[in-house]
Amino acid sequence: MKFFSTLLAGVLFGTGLVVSGMADPAKVQNFLDLFGRWDPSLAFVMLGAIGVTMPGFWLVQKRATPFFSDMFHLPQRSDYDAHLVAGAATFGIGWGLGGFCPGPAITALPITATGTLIFVPAMLIGMAIAKYVALGVWCETSN
Amino acid sequence: MGGALIGLSAVILMAANGRIAGISGLISRILPSSTSRIEVPQNFMFIVGLVLAAPVWFLVSGHFPAQFVSSNFPTMAIAGLLVGFGAVVGNGCTSGHGVCGISRLSGRSFIATLTFMGTGFLTVFIMRHMVGG
Repeated sequence: MKFFSTLLAGVLFGTGLVVSGMADPAKVQNFLDLFGRWDPSLAFVMLGAIGVTMPGFWLVQKRATPFFSDMFHLPQRSDYDAHLVAGAATFGIGWGLGGFCPGPAITALPITATGTLIFVPAMLIGMAIAKYVALGVWCETSN
Repeated sequence: MGGALIGLSAVILMAANGRIAGISGLISRILPSSTSRIEVPQNFMFIVGLVLAAPVWFLVSGHFPAQFVSSNFPTMAIAGLLVGFGAVVGNGCTSGHGVCGISRLSGRSFIATLTFMGTGFLTVFIMRHMVGG
């Protein structure tokens, strides 16, 4: 059940990205192009997602535990550190350059555009570098 | 509509497994010898779900979703490296911070989302209006 629900969540997430146009880097870059061909539609996608997630999380967490796990695993950190800001800033530069963030890039893999096939392995390498080289044993607590 | 599906997915993952739908976190925890390798098969199932979405779309509609992806090798390689590195260092990406984090009213996620939106805007501004492309 746990695996089925996770698979279903993945397919729904990917379909949401496809339907909304997030899997199209050109559209993402138009969204980020405030002073040019600005396409605000992705802001509504994000707001729509939050509009469902916020009340949904609230409802779900009225339960003591999730359905197929013994506890909710929520990020506990509330401090602001340089990692958070530097990481997010770096992420944003890459997002603007390529028009992909991780979810849409993985979702776009089966369409096999050349750029996607370059981006995804590079992204995995970037993650691996951050995990094993730069951060060492730094422990991931959020997300 | 697409946004609502993304939200529904995040709620299902939380309701079923008690996990945040943060794509970068799910992916990076699968990487071999990661220090935080947890629930690997499950994280893997989510990724399989993502990969299945476009083929399912193809079966239903008869065509793959329209997209334009730059095929410039250095641009896409650097973009991928920065996105992967930044998502791990910053503890999250568009989904984990932008959707789930903001929905939980996490201050860290607000800061992260404003930051990556800001540098994203700036990068596209420089690419399209200063360098020209």
